[in-house]
Amino acid sequence: MTDTLSSKTAPAVRRPLTSRPGVRVAGGLLLPLLILVAWQLSSTLGLVTIAQLPPPASVWIAAVDLFERGQLTLYVAISTQRVLIGFAIGAALGLATGALVGLSRAADIFFAPTLGAIRAVPSLAWVPLLIIWLKIGEESKITLIAIGAFFPVYTTVAQALRHVDKQLVEAGRAFGLRGVPLFGAVQLPAVIPSVISGLRLALAQAWLFLVAAELIAASMGLGFLLSDSGNNGRVDRILLAIILLALLGKLTDAILGVFEKWAIAKWA
Amino acid sequence: MSASTASRTTARPSAAGGSAARAARADGPSGTDAAYAVEFAGLGRTFGRAPGRRQGRAASAAPTTASVDVVRPVLRDVSLTVRPGEVLAILGTSGCGKSTLLRIAGGLDSPSAGSVQIDGSPVTDFDTRCAVGFQEPRLLPWRTVAANVALGLPRGTARDTGRARVAELLDLVGLTAFADHRPAAISGGMAQRASLARALARNPGVLLLDEPFGALDALTRLKMQDLLLDVHAAAPTTVLLVTHDVDEALQLADRIILLGQEPATATGAGTTPGTTPGATIVQELTVPGNRPRDRGSAELAELRGRLLAGLGIDRHGDARGVATSASIPHFPY
Repeated sequence: MTDTLSSKTAPAVRRPLTSRPGVRVAGGLLLPLLILVAWQLSSTLGLVTIAQLPPPASVWIAAVDLFERGQLTLYVAISTQRVLIGFAIGAALGLATGALVGLSRAADIFFAPTLGAIRAVPSLAWVPLLIIWLKIGEESKITLIAIGAFFPVYTTVAQALRHVDKQLVEAGRAFGLRGVPLFGAVQLPAVIPSVISGLRLALAQAWLFLVAAELIAASMGLGFLLSDSGNNGRVDRILLAIILLALLGKLTDAILGVFEKWAIAKWA
Repeated sequence: MSASTASRTTARPSAAGGSAARAARADGPSGTDAAYAVEFAGLGRTFGRAPGRRQGRAASAAPTTASVDVVRPVLRDVSLTVRPGEVLAILGTSGCGKSTLLRIAGGLDSPSAGSVQIDGSPVTDFDTRCAVGFQEPRLLPWRTVAANVALGLPRGTARDTGRARVAELLDLVGLTAFADHRPAAISGGMAQRASLARALARNPGVLLLDEPFGALDALTRLKMQDLLLDVHAAAPTTVLLVTHDVDEALQLADRIILLGQEPATATGAGTTPGTTPGATIVQELTVPGNRPRDRGSAELAELRGRLLAGLGIDRHGDARGVATSASIPHFPY
């Protein structure tokens, strides 16, 4: 009793349990743990054969084995590098094109239908063409990833710029802003939150296109690990590659998520 | 309305050129601003029926009477000279074109006919001699109050001068304590004051206010009116004030114009809608007395009744045997 009375800070800042960071992290890890337990149980109880679903331990062993050969680090590094470079190129082009189409009605009329049609092309359709044009090197993969990252950024930026509050733009004009200063003072800050959600979408898309690129033509990388293991029937390595892709995708997305939160607090 | 013209409230330069007005006002708080005359000549504005983009300058070349089906005349034959330093209230019913008139004066819209001149030269697009106080605060949500006010500073203002000017203006509108707040963190009245401060930051030759206090609660509105009077007394710029509030117009303005359909006010009955030729000035009156005016003045009450009648509002004076008069009677009404 005296204990609760003496702690004077408690009643003022009692937050609901669900808004504490610790609870959020622990709660989010609950389902992966359950899946892991179910996975282990199904193996030990013999519900599925080891050839179909090896237990978690053998996936771990496969990971350690690949790591000791130096392949795991190499694959993760090369895949991440491809995603980051492709994402950077695609996002930069998407920002520029989106800004052009969103700000200029003429550019909208000229570019938007064509870009909409190119966007409708499935990612795998580019692969043969890119391989013929750019050979099986880094360029073809990075180009494919850049195509994947381009469209989410382009679309969100163009849309957001078109829907900037007209009253604010008019107010900016009425106070003597036009052209680049107007863009910097009103339109750009207004669209920053949507631009960052576009970047998040683009990053997810970049990982998607990475696997598409590496599945078909690569000698290293996580996509290559997938296709190679599929040919050799190494389900443990396939599972390992899938888990790594999930972790890497989630990690990079979380980094952008922190950035997004900061930007929304600053600009919205 | 000529009965009250004698009592105009000015100790200001009358319709002098801009340079003379500027010299006369060199003792103002900032010293750089001037009050400009605004001259509307045969102004008309017709909107296309199709919702669309703002019509450019090319619209002025098109005849306003062409293809009646697709155009909607809003304003016609508005001719008026606003003297430098004068406060002109533009009254009218909702949708009669008062905001359009104001936007044309500021170069936010272009006339279909006639012209507007400020200080003897035609208004340009988004004319920099004007500052606009919009109906909504229109503050940039990601900027602090101080940074929003700074947006109104003339281009090329030195950093230190600008900062001092912003601080001065925030002090004037009583927002110094909220300088670092975001617009979302302050009340509507504060936001509107910040918006006014932003407009004043330009040292505008013409201050255009579009129902600036319309969205505020009644008490805040009265305080803002007094604030505007203080601001105007300190730096008597030309003010065009659009309002639908007759009391506000009487409290603030030197002169009031009433926009409306001419036949409707002549007969006291509405004409059929859809055939309106556009609104024009149907009444113009000079408000007697010096500002700040007694809000309970009986003289103003009579003017108020007449203006309300002009806006199509029955004053219900017959019940007390008060006849609707065209002139202002002597005191025991």
